[in-house]
Amino acid sequence: MEQASTQPWYRRLSFDSHTARLMIIIVIIFVAFSLLLPGKFFTVRNMQSMAVQFPEFGILAFAMLITMLTGGIDLSVVGIANLAALTAATILTGLGGEGGMSASIVIPLAMLAALAVGSVCGIFNGLLVARIGITPILATLGTGSLYTGLGYVVTGGPAITTTQFAFLGNGSLLGVPIPVIIFIVLTIFFAILLNRTTFGFNVYMLGTNPVAARFSGINIDRVILRTYWLAGVVGGIAGIIFLARANSAKPDYGSSFILLTVLIAILGGVSYTGGFGTVTGLVLAILSIQFLSTGLNMLMLELSGSSAAIFFRQFAWGALLLLVMVINYYIEERKKRRISRQ
Amino acid sequence: MAEELLRLTNIHKSFAGVHALRGVDIVIEPGKIHCLVGENGCGKSTLIKIIAGVYERDQGDIMIRGKSYPQLHPIDAIRAGIQVIYQDFSLFPNLTVAENIALNEELAEGRRLVSWRHVREIAQEALAKIDVKIPLNARVEEVSVANKQLIAISKALLNNARLIIMDEPTSALTEREIRSLLEIIHGLQEQGIAFLFVSHKLNEVLAVSEKMIVMRNGRIVSTGDAEEYDTARLIFEMTGQKIAQRSYRFTPEEGSTPLLRASNLKADETLNDVSFDLYKGEIVGVTGLLGSGRTELALALFGMLPLDAGHIEVEGKAAKIDSVQKAVAAGIGYVPEDRLTEGLFLEQAIGNNIVVRTIDQLRGALGLTSPAQVNGEITEWVDRLRIKTPDPDLPVKTLSGGNQQRVVLAKWLASSPKIMVLNGPTVGVDIGSKNELHDLIKQLAGEGMGLLVISDDIPELLQTCNRILLLRDGRIVDVILPEATTENELAAKLIEE
Amino acid sequence: MNRILRSNEALVAITIVFLCLFIGLRNPVFFTVGNLFDLLRSSIVMGIFAMGVLIVIISGGIDVSFTAIAVFALYATTKLLLAFSPEAPIIVAFVIAALIGLGLGLINAFFIARFKLPTLIVTLGTLSMFHGFLLFAIGNQTIRRDVPPALTSFARSTLLTVPQTRGVANLHPGILITIGVVIFVWLLLSYTMLGRSIYALGGSREAAERAGFNIARIQYFIYGFVGLISGIAGMTFGSLARQANPQDMVGTELSVIAAVVLGGAQLTGGRGTVIGTLLGVILVVIANNSLILIGVPSVWQRVVIGIIILVGTGAPAIQAKRAGNAAFGLAE
Repeated sequence: MEQASTQPWYRRLSFDSHTARLMIIIVIIFVAFSLLLPGKFFTVRNMQSMAVQFPEFGILAFAMLITMLTGGIDLSVVGIANLAALTAATILTGLGGEGGMSASIVIPLAMLAALAVGSVCGIFNGLLVARIGITPILATLGTGSLYTGLGYVVTGGPAITTTQFAFLGNGSLLGVPIPVIIFIVLTIFFAILLNRTTFGFNVYMLGTNPVAARFSGINIDRVILRTYWLAGVVGGIAGIIFLARANSAKPDYGSSFILLTVLIAILGGVSYTGGFGTVTGLVLAILSIQFLSTGLNMLMLELSGSSAAIFFRQFAWGALLLLVMVINYYIEERKKRRISRQ
Repeated sequence: MAEELLRLTNIHKSFAGVHALRGVDIVIEPGKIHCLVGENGCGKSTLIKIIAGVYERDQGDIMIRGKSYPQLHPIDAIRAGIQVIYQDFSLFPNLTVAENIALNEELAEGRRLVSWRHVREIAQEALAKIDVKIPLNARVEEVSVANKQLIAISKALLNNARLIIMDEPTSALTEREIRSLLEIIHGLQEQGIAFLFVSHKLNEVLAVSEKMIVMRNGRIVSTGDAEEYDTARLIFEMTGQKIAQRSYRFTPEEGSTPLLRASNLKADETLNDVSFDLYKGEIVGVTGLLGSGRTELALALFGMLPLDAGHIEVEGKAAKIDSVQKAVAAGIGYVPEDRLTEGLFLEQAIGNNIVVRTIDQLRGALGLTSPAQVNGEITEWVDRLRIKTPDPDLPVKTLSGGNQQRVVLAKWLASSPKIMVLNGPTVGVDIGSKNELHDLIKQLAGEGMGLLVISDDIPELLQTCNRILLLRDGRIVDVILPEATTENELAAKLIEE
Repeated sequence: MNRILRSNEALVAITIVFLCLFIGLRNPVFFTVGNLFDLLRSSIVMGIFAMGVLIVIISGGIDVSFTAIAVFALYATTKLLLAFSPEAPIIVAFVIAALIGLGLGLINAFFIARFKLPTLIVTLGTLSMFHGFLLFAIGNQTIRRDVPPALTSFARSTLLTVPQTRGVANLHPGILITIGVVIFVWLLLSYTMLGRSIYALGGSREAAERAGFNIARIQYFIYGFVGLISGIAGMTFGSLARQANPQDMVGTELSVIAAVVLGGAQLTGGRGTVIGTLLGVILVVIANNSLILIGVPSVWQRVVIGIIILVGTGAPAIQAKRAGNAAFGLAE
């Protein structure tokens, strides 16, 4: 008993049975593919290729995590990322390039612009949810359409191509790809933010019970506003990665990422009603989705040789989500039965 | 010998090893109003659910109108004429009054298609039986609580009810509504319909009940004609102990500045020119019926109800309280009426609930939250308020009502407020913890806090407050000193119109 | 009267009238029969989808998998017909698509009713599953030129031909399917116990259980029915487009949900009408199709849709906030 009460509260929040189950799942996936695909899955090359893939959607998942923790959701984050990428690309091609300003000015400027776009879009979302009081799912559905639409307005339709961010997308530091470094930095940032700051604590409390949060003196409007602002900034960062990886910006890039990130959050144990969910769970879910999709791709390619294999992972994602939910259901049932037997 | 409507003999029921009912015998007579009283957790709701067939008994006999039921399913209970009206009435807020009344009847008729004319006819007929008029096309969410109750009763009558069991029937009604409800009940009583009121509070229903059934710890401890009981006896039977009448006396120092001064507070139609002072060390009671403005007064002081006029001073300085943050900054804490939805984060750990107000102060290196300080704070308050739990990491919903209320108090006390507004501080708390909470309130006042206790629990007001403000229609109509009144006098004043 | 004017339906209807007047005054082409027929044609599929979404939302759930069901049914049916009976009449295609849709819908229902899982998450999962399965196991190439002839002739058929100053305006008979579904859903919701039980479930699940409704059975009906009409909608879509593209429709589910919510259905359940939903669909379709008539470049389309959603959901939110009950979160 003494032991239990000396547990810090952040550890209580960040480690639960769901996370443990997810770890087991990830190990099983990893071992299974390594055995099924000898010399292919567990190779340096494959690890490297997976490492540059997951940060793209992995970063977006943080936006989903933090908004879902407050009991909301951000469906506009991909729209934000694309708008940010387009803004950066417009600056890079307009001001930079041949005969333009020097890269050392234009590149930071374009990055700042992307982050600024993310901030503005996020704050707008926050105002709609906190001040106007629109249900987050509808507010961000609307702004998602708005931001994507603005993307079309900016470009008139076609993609804007520029390779000036390629050093980010292809580069590495001490052998670690730069997108992975950005992902790790964000992971640490969110882990500290959620577990070791008043803001993070308030996010959990607000998500658990907004009425009680208000009665406890938490300024809930401000917490919501900051949450969506942060999600917007994450969208801006994701936009930079989009542009860096694809060397072009499009208004409708990565539209499947919205559902994918919701799926990751749920898989990672984030409660869809808010208040519960951890960075650990989220990162594990991101990794398991990446392992699963790469492994399945390879496996299907090996078995059928058909290009349709890439679609199998989409099926597997959905199946995995339902499987985890059903397993959770049975575990809860067993717990209930055990309690009533006692 | 009068015919028996319902007889329970030696009913036992256990949940997960806990003996909820230990040999209950009761008899319900037709056409009589019975009242089942008991503390929270005494087994009342389990008993009702057994009568309704929702729970299966472990042991014992149930006889309804002379027929024995070795197994009683919900549908058997309904067919035998037993109807339960739960506290939330089980109505559909989004459907019309007519449809809510007629729905069960339509289901019983096995209809697949809806005839809206038929629905109206059923509803009209049902409401005519109790001689009330409620707009049939209004959605249930738009009608008053009293009307919802009447809708629930007329629904019950449609099913040929012989016994109507009502859970906390008057808890949200005004005096006038209670009176008309009782009139309707008397009318039905003459038709031979029996009533069983279930209550944990000693209130208006006692006055009209003819038979008392008192429960404690899963047993019937006393039954008899209502005339044989007075409040003191009922409390004794319910709790098994004589509660000493202790009052709280206080006189402010000459010329001292009030801790809180409210002048001419006005808000919408709910508060009308409310003025009072609260001194350091004082416990002021606020009472009144539902809708008298008692909760609105608390919300106004806590920055949740915008004031149209009037001002608030804290320690002699004007305080413009238009948000919860400003109220908190002015040193005002609020323990809300509805603990479960407004006071607590039920699924979160007890510890998290305690530190929610002070988390910002528990920071260490780099300005980050310090787990050691957080744990220190949690342990301190669990000890100080004697919150009974094996582990503060457990969700707060695992605690009993009394301990949950301590958590809400700990949350506020941790941030050392000067003024605490307690709305219904002991609602849903058993008598033992109630006394401990009262002692805690007095202790806090002794330490120099000013407390406002909002309650309609008359003994509670008399025992803890040194002064009681009586609210009616948003005005303070009387200031009562506990030593100069009695329970009956205060009860009478409370429901005067 | 006052109550009618303040209702959501009235608000949407007034918005539609003003939008029509505005567009029509700027460009008279808007008020031609040809344009009206175009608008109706554009409403056919969304109208069917919206009826399914309406039922789910009234019951207090949400379904995002219906587009995947639709495209699955369309593509699988086309493949089946091509393989076994390319000459089959169009009605056979619709029956097969409806049955496939029903089957997929019942899978949703199974997870929702048996395991009591949240509807959003289940249908999010099945959206991914159905679409993924379609693409990897059934096919991922658009069937364009060799679609069954019945489909092509249905696509070319007309219900009504009205001569215009230039050429003729044709009304596609697909609109009859939408009208049929709308009338069916209206009768279902207003005049059957099953329909009322859907409202009851959305209003208060607990009270519905106590009243003796079989919640699981209602849920099997709801999600099965949504699957069924999604299958029909998918087939209709294919026969209008004269092709079966496995990437079509998926991704448009949120705009259908938006149309239904604009029409006054509440995500918290228990509330929503067929009339309101139709108005919501009309508003979205007009905004989608007619802005170009007044010189709004097509690139602005999504911006305008976004603004309509925000205004449409913001206005009632402000009202609710004034009334003192701000709502946040998916949970509510």
